[in-house]
This record gives sequence, structure tokens and C-alpha cells, in this order.
Amino acid sequence: MGRIQLKQVKKAFGDVVVIPPLDLEIEDGEFVVFVGPSGCGKSTLLRLIAGLEDTTAGTIEIDGQDATGLPPAKRRLAMVFQSYALYPHMTVRKNIAFPMRMAKMSLQEQNSRIEAAAKALNLTDYLDRRPGQLSGGQRQRVAIGRAIVREPAAFLFDEPLSNLDAALRVGMRMEISELHKKLDTTMIYVTHDQVEAMTMADKIVVLQAGVIEQVGSPLELYRTPRNKFVAGFIGSPKMNLIEGPEAAKHNAATIGIRPEHLTVSPESGDWKGIVGVSEHLGSDTFFHVAVDGFAETVTVRAGGDVDLHYGDAIYLTPDHELIHRFDEKGLRIP
Amino acid sequence: MATKASRSAARIMMAPAVILLLGWMLVPLTLTLFFSFKKYLPMRGDSLEGGLDWVGFENYGRFISSSSFWPSVQTTLIMVGGVLLITVVLGVLLALLLDQPIWGQGVVRILVIAPFFVMPTVSALVWKNMLMDPVNGILAHLWRFFGAEPVSWLSDASMQSIILIVSWQWLPFATLILLTAVQSLDSEQLEAAEMDGAPPLKRFWHIVLPHLSRAITIVILIQTIFLLSIFAEIFVTTGGAFGTRTLTYLIFQRVVDSQNIGLGSAGGVYAIILANIVAIFLMRIVGKNLDA
Ligand SMILES: Nc1ncnc2c1ncn2[C@@H]1O[C@H](COP(=O)(O)OP(=O)(O)OP(=O)(O)O)[C@@H](O)[C@H]1O
Ligand SMILES: [Mg+2]
Repeated sequence: MGRIQLKQVKKAFGDVVVIPPLDLEIEDGEFVVFVGPSGCGKSTLLRLIAGLEDTTAGTIEIDGQDATGLPPAKRRLAMVFQSYALYPHMTVRKNIAFPMRMAKMSLQEQNSRIEAAAKALNLTDYLDRRPGQLSGGQRQRVAIGRAIVREPAAFLFDEPLSNLDAALRVGMRMEISELHKKLDTTMIYVTHDQVEAMTMADKIVVLQAGVIEQVGSPLELYRTPRNKFVAGFIGSPKMNLIEGPEAAKHNAATIGIRPEHLTVSPESGDWKGIVGVSEHLGSDTFFHVAVDGFAETVTVRAGGDVDLHYGDAIYLTPDHELIHRFDEKGLRIP
Repeated sequence: MATKASRSAARIMMAPAVILLLGWMLVPLTLTLFFSFKKYLPMRGDSLEGGLDWVGFENYGRFISSSSFWPSVQTTLIMVGGVLLITVVLGVLLALLLDQPIWGQGVVRILVIAPFFVMPTVSALVWKNMLMDPVNGILAHLWRFFGAEPVSWLSDASMQSIILIVSWQWLPFATLILLTAVQSLDSEQLEAAEMDGAPPLKRFWHIVLPHLSRAITIVILIQTIFLLSIFAEIFVTTGGAFGTRTLTYLIFQRVVDSQNIGLGSAGGVYAIILANIVAIFLMRIVGKNLDA
């Protein structure tokens, strides 16, 4: 079980309110991702749930019981830190055993759980090493191992992959997703990488300055962002946000169109522009186009074989069904 | 330091310092060795100009067979051990305390470090006359205030008193080194341990103390080197009486009081040997911490 409810939870450091009162429900077994720009309060929110920070106001319930005043150890949550926070003087085995030792579990039970975790995480060969003798990815797995042996009600991850290189990150991403499928335990995952959020989450919570901008499944956020911030944050490359007369034509203050929802043609189309920088990825090419009459360049995705170069004329046609409209306050117009 | 040229350049540049340090060490060492094999009693008319008699190992034999030798070695070890124990234990506690965010942290830290700036002679005098004097000392007043008989510290509890004085002097050093170590502990490790269900005492035992082991090793090694040659504190307070005669003090008495330079030098060589035994011993048991 791992149902977590935040009710009017607020956090202030001195006079600075980092998280204004917010409500959030996390269902049992869900994979929830907190995503948002740096400094928006993701870690703080996670630490509030973990009990490492005290709430200024509001209540946190775990499985229907008030946990606001409970110390971290009593909340049955396990956390994986960005710096891994392994105990450097203990071997991998002892690191993984530590929470069980603290819980005074029998040695037999400890060993069987360690073996199981090591097998699941490919750590069997490293059990007698110290963290200093492991690679970043292996350390990460030890940290996860230390978390799973406790069989917690929920896992909390604070940017666990941000210290890894790109290739390893993709691998670990899959491993964590698989782990979630296998354990079926609630996971809360903090990241500022929207690709991680999109690929892993059942539910994404987009935060900005401590405020929840939108909660929803990855596709919901992609298809119907509630406001300009979410629209710009979710999706890669970013959605093009266009203001001015073109937006007025659609009765909106701002319109948004994703790079993948524009059609490219060298001869004719709605918008005429000049190709600027182009990024060739092989399968796709992204053109940054200076469109006549637009203040900002428009990013557009084309096939890998489109033969256009710097300075060439280009015509873009948006898919009218997929244009997002926003009012002056930045809210979505249905 | 990659190329051959830069390596030899470095060697040439370092040479003056190395030669100076070698001279600094070698000259007194050779002189001590030289005198230790000679009969040299200035009061009896021996002098360098007149030539000194070679006596072989006689001085060594006499020094070690003297009834005060083994007690003095024992005294030295007890004193060093006592001071180490007190400074390390209190140093760890003080360091943890000073790491807490408290009001006036800066001033408190300076106050804690202050004893280190006081000369050993001065601090020993202050302790002897201001605090431990059986008639006028602050401690005597305190004892009387509670209706107890004042203790004549330096004669009845002489060893403990000197250990106390020396510990007071060296506590700041230990605290300072340990404080920097405490501050370098990653707070996420403590938080992880907290989430893993470790209460404060277990966090201290399993996380903080292992993290401090290296700093503790350094404190022990450095302090031992200096503590083996404690002198001023003993000279000023008990003058080596009441069982406080350490090896260093015994050598001083042989050379200055008995005016027997040969015998004192032999004692000096023993002191060097003792220091090395202690150092090797310490390196063996705690030096492992420095490799990891
Ligand atoms: N102990 C603290 N005292 C005062 N302010 C703090 C404290 N911890 C965090 N803050 C502030 O709270 C805000 C949110 O911090 P938080 O660490 O939650 O951000 P984040 O979303 O995790 O960012 P990042 O992606 O960079 O990790 C920041 O503006 C930060 O300066
Ligand atoms: Mg953070």
C-alpha cells in the first residue's frame, strides 16, 4: 500500500514561501513524476513527503493515516538521493543491509533479501566492494537496492539519474520503469528532464515556483496543456509559441504549435520563411526558421531527407486541428 | 612534473630546504649520539677542549638501570595516553556541538580555540596559581562553597592535574581538526541513515564516527609527537615530583641538575627510540585509516 495525500501543504523557509498551499493525491502503485525548472521546489516537496523537512502548514496522509508529525523512519518510505548517499566505509552488502539491521531483522532474512536484490540489480559480483570502487551506474543500483530491501510503501527518487552519462541514463530509466512494473509499489520521481518525465510517468505533476501547474498523464499534458508554461515545458523540442497578428487570427493572445505538427514545403504553404540553423539527427531534421512577421524563430521537424539549407526559402503549414490557443493570462482556450 | 627536465629542476629547487632540514636534524642528533658515548661532567672539570673520555655503552647501562627509568617511561605513556583519550573524546563532542547552528557561533569558536594560543608555561602557571592552588585557587573556593575539603591538586592528584592542564591546551587543536571533518560530512548520508531508521546515536556510531576516523588518526599521530616531549607544564607545576617525572623530564634532570651530559644524552637516545616505537605502533593500528 502506498497512497499519499497532501492537503493544503505549505512550506516556508523563514519568510520565503517556497511552496504555497497545495493539494495532491498519489494513488497506490502509481509512478508519479514531479517535473519543473530548477529551483521550483520539487526537492522540497519530496523532502516534505519523506519527512526530512517539516511542513509549515497542512497535513500529509499516508494510506489514510496522518503522517505529518511522524519522523522519516516511521513513514515506511525509502528515498534514493541524487548523490546516492551511500555509506562510503561499508561494503555494498553492508550498505544494502543497513536499513534491515536498523530494523533488527534476522540475519537469515537479511541475507535472502540482499541476494534477491543483488540478483535483480546485477550487483551480485560487487557485494564485497566499497562504493568508492564502483561506477556511477553501479552506485545508483546499490542505492536502489538499499531502498527496495525495506519493502517500503513508496519509493522517493530525487533526480537519481542526473549524475549519469546520457547512454547510462537511458538504460537506468528502463530499469527503474521495469522495477516499478515488477514491484508495483508507488514511486515518486523528481526530475527536471521532461523526457524522463514523459517516458516513465503514469502521472506527471508540473511545478513552477512551488505551484502545481497541471497534473495528468503524459499524453494529456502533451495534447491539452492547461497553460503556456506546461505547453512550453512538455515536449521536445519545445512547442512554438507565437504572438501578435497571427495569434489574433485565431482569436487568441498566443497560439502554440509543436514542431512535429508543421508541414514543410519548398514551394507553397501558409507561412513563408528563411531557414536558419538546421539540426540533422539522421531520422529527423529540425529547422529553425525565421518566418516573415513573427518575432521569434519557429522550430519545425522534417524528415531526415529534406534537402534545405541555410538561407533557403521555406514554407510551413500548421495542422489547424493541433493549434493550441491561449488567452492573455496564458490559460488554454478550449 | 611530467618531464625529466622539470623533475630535475624541482629537485634542485627543493635542495636548499632539504639540506637545511637535514642539518637542523642531523647536527643535534650526531652531537647527542657523540656525547652519549663520552664521560662528560662539566662540574668535575670535563670539557670539550680538554678532550672527553670514551666510555662505550656505560652511560646507556647506567641510565636504564637507574631506578627512575622504567617509572618515567610508564609515566610518559600514561600521560600521553590520558591526554589523547580526553582530547579525542571531548574533541569529537565539541566538534559536533560547534557544528550546530547556534547563536554567536563565530565568537564561541574563537573562545574554544583560544587556549591553543596561550604559551604552555603561562597556562600551567595560571592553572597552578589561579585554579588549583589549595588555599586561594578558584577550585578551592568552589570546594569550600560546597562544604568540602579543598584538594591540593598538584600534590595529591598530580598526574590527573597535569593531564587536565595539557588536555586543556590540546583540546582546541583536536576540536579544530575534527570540526573540519564533521563539516565535510555529506548531509545526505545522514538523511539517508535517518530514513533507513537509524536513531541519532546509531547515526553517530555508524556514519559520523567512521567518517571521523581519518581525522582522529591525524589528531592522535600529531599530538603524540608533541606530547612525548611535554616539559614546561611539569617544570612549572610539580617539578617532576609526585610521580610526574616523564622520560623527557628525567633527561632534563640528568643534564641540568646532575650536570651529567653523557648520561642525559644516552637518555635522549632512549627517548628517540621510545618515540619511534610509539610512532610505529600507532601507525600500525591507526595508520591503516590513512590509506583508504
Ligand atoms: N534550507 C533552505 N533554506 C532556504 N531556502 C531553501 C532551502 N532549501 C531550498 N530553498 C529554496 O527553495 C526553493 C526550492 O528549492 P528546491 O531544492 O526544492 O528546488 P528544486 O526544484 O529541487 O530545484 P533543482 O531542480 O535545482 O534541484 C529554491 O528557491 C531554494 O533556494
Ligand atoms: Mg532538487
